[in-house]
Amino acid sequence: MTRPSFADRIRGLPMDVLRRRLDDVTEGQAAGAVAAPQITDAMIPALFSRAAQGHLETMARRAAAITERRFGKVINLFAPLYLSNECANICLYCGFSMNVDIPRRSLTTDEVVDEAEHLRRQGFRHLLLVSGEHRGAYSLNAMADAVEALRGRFASVSIEVFPMETPEYRRLETAGVDGLTLYQETYDPDVYARLHTKGPKSRYEYRLHAIEKGGEAGFRTLGIGALLGLSDWRVEATMLAMHARYLAKRFWKSRIAISFPRVNPHEGDYTPEHAVSDAELVQMIVAMRLLLPDAELVLSTRERAALRDHLVGLGITRMSAGSKTNPGGYKVEQSSLKQFDISDERTPEQVAAMIESRGFEPVWKDFDPTFLHGPL
Amino acid sequence: MSDIPSTIEGDKLVIAGREFSSRLLVGTGKFESPQMMAAALEASGSELVTMALRRVDLTSPDDSMMNHLNPDRYLLLPNTSGARDAEEAVRLAKMSRAAGGFDWVKLEVTPEPNYLLPDPIETLKAARELVKLGFTVLPYMNADPILAKHLEDAGCATVMPLAAPIGSNRGMKTKDQIGIIIEQAGVPVVVDAGLGAPSHAAEAMEMGADAVLVNTAIAVADDPVRMAEAFKIGTVAGRMAYLAGPGGESRLARASSPLTGFLRTGETS
Repeated sequence: MTRPSFADRIRGLPMDVLRRRLDDVTEGQAAGAVAAPQITDAMIPALFSRAAQGHLETMARRAAAITERRFGKVINLFAPLYLSNECANICLYCGFSMNVDIPRRSLTTDEVVDEAEHLRRQGFRHLLLVSGEHRGAYSLNAMADAVEALRGRFASVSIEVFPMETPEYRRLETAGVDGLTLYQETYDPDVYARLHTKGPKSRYEYRLHAIEKGGEAGFRTLGIGALLGLSDWRVEATMLAMHARYLAKRFWKSRIAISFPRVNPHEGDYTPEHAVSDAELVQMIVAMRLLLPDAELVLSTRERAALRDHLVGLGITRMSAGSKTNPGGYKVEQSSLKQFDISDERTPEQVAAMIESRGFEPVWKDFDPTFLHGPL
Repeated sequence: MSDIPSTIEGDKLVIAGREFSSRLLVGTGKFESPQMMAAALEASGSELVTMALRRVDLTSPDDSMMNHLNPDRYLLLPNTSGARDAEEAVRLAKMSRAAGGFDWVKLEVTPEPNYLLPDPIETLKAARELVKLGFTVLPYMNADPILAKHLEDAGCATVMPLAAPIGSNRGMKTKDQIGIIIEQAGVPVVVDAGLGAPSHAAEAMEMGADAVLVNTAIAVADDPVRMAEAFKIGTVAGRMAYLAGPGGESRLARASSPLTGFLRTGETS
């Protein structure tokens, strides 16, 4: 029997119905959800509603306590490594979009190793390999080669690349990848269609399916996210939480990770139609923690230093630091074009020092490649 | 520091032929800094300390956690936390022996990352394999008395049933099952996971557990050093009570001048 996919589950759920459900949440429902010991699926909209805004402090305190008990006083650090900025899609908000006239660059395997060694010397042991979505320009074979070349140098290697089929993911898992990140960008099919005008990425359901193919391939971490600013964040957050709960039930051996990327200025000229304020971002993060006590919640350097500092301990468990979002940006070709602007430009050491100063331990290694393969 | 003893004269915990004066085992995760971890370990009086192999780099002389764990003072017990099946756990143990010379291993096989409950089938499989390879195996397990006997038969040095899910601080939720394990065990019973307060540790020790293992409750306390000491005291208090032979529990009050006392004093004869 094939299990219904998440896409099957949500096909009968129009976004405007969800939006109305969010609008209709009463003060009492919000207060009830904030205090509930077990938060049912039916309570998800209540936590992301406007009505819950008044309970932000209570939610934050609960989120901090849950995070501390489950994860301890630690923040895991990772670095993104951009493999390529070549892309076969037009996405109106993205700096790598194929219609944007920028020099394109894909790293060779030797260059990937050079970049990675630079990050290793900075202390990083967890790496996220990121690529524009172009099967021809930076192929599965190239990725597998790069991952194999990195073997033994990092404790954990994850990928954020074009959606693949289960056997392809399995190949990367065998090569040494333990985590998959794939953002749906927006869960609203109409907005999705409007923003993804050309290329394989224009297929909403194909993209939504891919993370499940990764789950079938056995990745230990399944990372999801919505690009905040494209559509009403309350709807996106509700869909994300439902998606995370679906994945956690179906792929019960994998950890779910959720990222909170807000749209930043880039090389194109997209202005977010639904900008998300700091207070709204915090509501989304702390509510997500109440809904998913065991999920990794990830915050990138898209956010400003001051905001990142305050989010240590407030639900966030994983942070990037010192990131470059252009292929070769660390060492090989520092001037190539980046995907988006970084707001927190501190070095990894400075971010680690900040984490320590807030009473948390910066953790560089929290996995071991021996889990995946090793001398037998 | 208080002058309350962390040990009881002449009362030793013996695991695989090795003697320990302290019956409190402590974990090293979740602390705000390696310095805080070291201070809390010291305050706990523990002699047996677990560490997650996924957190340390045994090949690096600069590993911050390893540098804060004095091997002369503590027996370091690497754990396989994060392993999803027997194969992964065995591989990790072999790596720790090859890279760090460790022959003792705390076996953890937890395929589900949320509650981190131990997989009974894979744990037993890994235990058998590791014993065959000459490891001293201390398995984390659910509070299942039959599984405890199987693990003992497999040659494990202890059994380590959980009181409640890891990190939950919920106390002795599996008390009745642990009672049966203690009654039937031929190896030391270490109550592991879920102990959230010194009173929980005392409760386990009063029942006759041989030791307890605590991590989260100490690591995330506002003052981990003081909490470590509190657990030390709780553990010793529970052990002392056990050795003293507690009076047993009764639903009814036990009158100090019982109504049937006349039967013994011979008033009716």
